[in-house]
Amino acid sequence: MSVESDIAIDVRGLTKSFGAKKVVDNFTLQVARGNIQGFLGPNGSGKTTTIRMLCGLLTPDSGEGRCLGYDIRRQQEEIKRYVGYMTQGFSLYRDLTIRENLEFVARVYGLEAPEDAAQGALERLGLVARAEQLAGELSGGWKQRLSLGACILPGPSLLLLDEPTAGVDPKARRDFWDEIHHLATQGLTVLVSTHYMDEAERCHQIAYIANGRLLASGTIPAIIAGAHLSTWVVTGEGLDSLGSELKYQPGVDMVARFGAALHVGGRDEAAMARVAQRYSAEGVHRWKRDEPTLEDVFIDLMTRAGADQ
Amino acid sequence: MSAEQSLPNVAPRPARRGALAQAWQRVLAMFVKEFIQLRRDRPTFAMIVGIPLIQLMLFGYAINTDPKHLPTAVLTSDDSPIARALIGALRATDYFDIKYVTRGEADADKLILSNKAQFVIQIPPDFSRQLVRGEKPALLLIADASDPVAASGAIAAALGAANQALDRELIGPLASLSQNAAPYEIRVHRRYNPAGETRRNIVPGLIGTILTMTMLMYTAMSVTREIERGTMEALLAMPILPVEIMLGKIAPYVVVGAVQMATILIVASLLFQVPVVGSLFTLSSLTLLFIIANLSVGYTFSTVAVNQLQAMQLTFFFFLPSMLLSGFLFPFYGMPKWAQYVGEFLPLTHYLRIVRSVMLKGSTFGDLFVDAGALAAFALVAMSIAVMRFRQTLD
Ligand SMILES: Nc1ncnc2c1ncn2[C@@H]1O[C@H](COP(=O)(O)OP(=O)(O)OP(=O)(O)O)[C@@H](O)[C@H]1O
Ligand SMILES: [Mg+2]
Repeated sequence: MSVESDIAIDVRGLTKSFGAKKVVDNFTLQVARGNIQGFLGPNGSGKTTTIRMLCGLLTPDSGEGRCLGYDIRRQQEEIKRYVGYMTQGFSLYRDLTIRENLEFVARVYGLEAPEDAAQGALERLGLVARAEQLAGELSGGWKQRLSLGACILPGPSLLLLDEPTAGVDPKARRDFWDEIHHLATQGLTVLVSTHYMDEAERCHQIAYIANGRLLASGTIPAIIAGAHLSTWVVTGEGLDSLGSELKYQPGVDMVARFGAALHVGGRDEAAMARVAQRYSAEGVHRWKRDEPTLEDVFIDLMTRAGADQ
Repeated sequence: MSAEQSLPNVAPRPARRGALAQAWQRVLAMFVKEFIQLRRDRPTFAMIVGIPLIQLMLFGYAINTDPKHLPTAVLTSDDSPIARALIGALRATDYFDIKYVTRGEADADKLILSNKAQFVIQIPPDFSRQLVRGEKPALLLIADASDPVAASGAIAAALGAANQALDRELIGPLASLSQNAAPYEIRVHRRYNPAGETRRNIVPGLIGTILTMTMLMYTAMSVTREIERGTMEALLAMPILPVEIMLGKIAPYVVVGAVQMATILIVASLLFQVPVVGSLFTLSSLTLLFIIANLSVGYTFSTVAVNQLQAMQLTFFFFLPSMLLSGFLFPFYGMPKWAQYVGEFLPLTHYLRIVRSVMLKGSTFGDLFVDAGALAAFALVAMSIAVMRFRQTLD
């Protein structure tokens, strides 16, 4: 059965324009079954548009691909059956109770006993006590939990989660990610878009998109290695003015403040080393060579992408 | 929530039903959902019975009562006892409230045009003299018949009163004049609406008009509402077909329409004594067909409209010709040919024929199959357009 194929997402060259604007440009991605694929990129970079093409809600202008072995252009009906899509905003019915929402989903997916299925989901989600509460009255964390519960209720094989943890407190975010990992161990494939670095670090693989173009993809070590960024950590007084000065130095590609330190990086290792030498000679700041973090790499990618926006 | 509790176990993929049972279940899912939403929408829910009741009362009473004390002007330069007796007799009918006495025709016209008077009673200058000479003079009753129902009762009363009006005045040498019917005649000039329509036509017509309006409004926003509330994206990502969404969204309002129909029929027969001559079953089933046709039209609008405001505008553009060209306001066969052709494409036109025939003449299915067929065709075409127009993607 194609649902059980080893590659859950396999798309090549997806392109989508709205008017004259190319929102997604030649997007290619493979995700193996049971993997958690992180999907990152600045606002408006095309994440939501890409996810919508994956689940058949948008038709790509060009490119092709399969989800769970089903053609994303021609087999949308099958895809809808076995793919759970959690939209960026809350999209369940606010004027229905939690139970009514779950029963609605269970019926639409044609489950044998929709009332029992909804009850089971309520128990799994720990929402039994709130079952008769209107969905619109829930807090952000519970809304997100309910949305995920509604997505997994019909037993999908692939989950597409679009910024599921936006506006959710750290504890609920942590619980949510525990849940996603738990689902993955049971064989579900998950693609999740996020803006949080700590969440990115919990993914098996990451794809980074900017201006509709895929700039990096793979495991975290591979992405960091592939960036060829030599990074220095600077500490001392007056980091802000130093930072704005450094931005215009030849050889410096990335400057970012992290707490009490400044991360300075460049792709030309020799040029970067010269800058570090020159400034540390002044004796005002401490310069230390360090491995780049994932965030350093993303800031560099974003800075570069911003240049041609 | 504790960490343990927050780890839901994924159930093994739940069993699903057979294909046909699934399709039925999806329609049911939509039906239940829409019904709950309707029930929670308190103002709308309360108005299911409220709107038709209020409209029926407003329209029904405005049209139906037999109004008395209508503002009247007397146009005369004759101040004889005979003229005064005539005016007294008309006043005694209670229909005429003589508010103005004038000598100029222009003044009288102005009173009618400015709606200050609904009737002008014109007594010619030499009325008494002609009467005494036995020349059968004419008394002119000018009626503003733009509201024909209001005018007709008064006119009938005037004609009746006039016969006995002068019995007391015509005594002595004049007694011979009152031996024949009346020594004068009353000429009625209906202005603005010489045909005049009967009130029995109007109450059945109201049933159709009210249902058209409420049914259109219920479904015209059902798709745009999902889009504007952001629930459409999730719905489209679920395995449900456009035709299933449509049926599930229309079905609850068929029930609502049936409730409204019952309300209107009961109230109409209690308050306005409009009988149902024909079979109640025929009336109900054909009304149900009409309800479905209107719901389909409204739903089609909601698949075409981009937002709720547009949906409202479309509804209005459909409702207006329905009122004007269906035969509700003007007699259908009195309209110009082109208007009749347009009218044939409105469900209300066919329903008016059905409801008037069944209620007033006792017509049966057999007499009405052309109009019933037209309603069914209308519903089918509208539904097909809606299913084709329904955007299954967000492109
Ligand atoms: N239906 C549409 N019509 C026109 N433009 C659109 C449409 N949908 C998205 N866009 C544009 O496409 C671009 C990418 O949007 P998209 O929602 O995919 O970005 P995103 O990466 O999900 O952003 P965010 O992180 O803010 O959610 C944006 O500039 C957006 O304005
Ligand atoms: Mg987005």
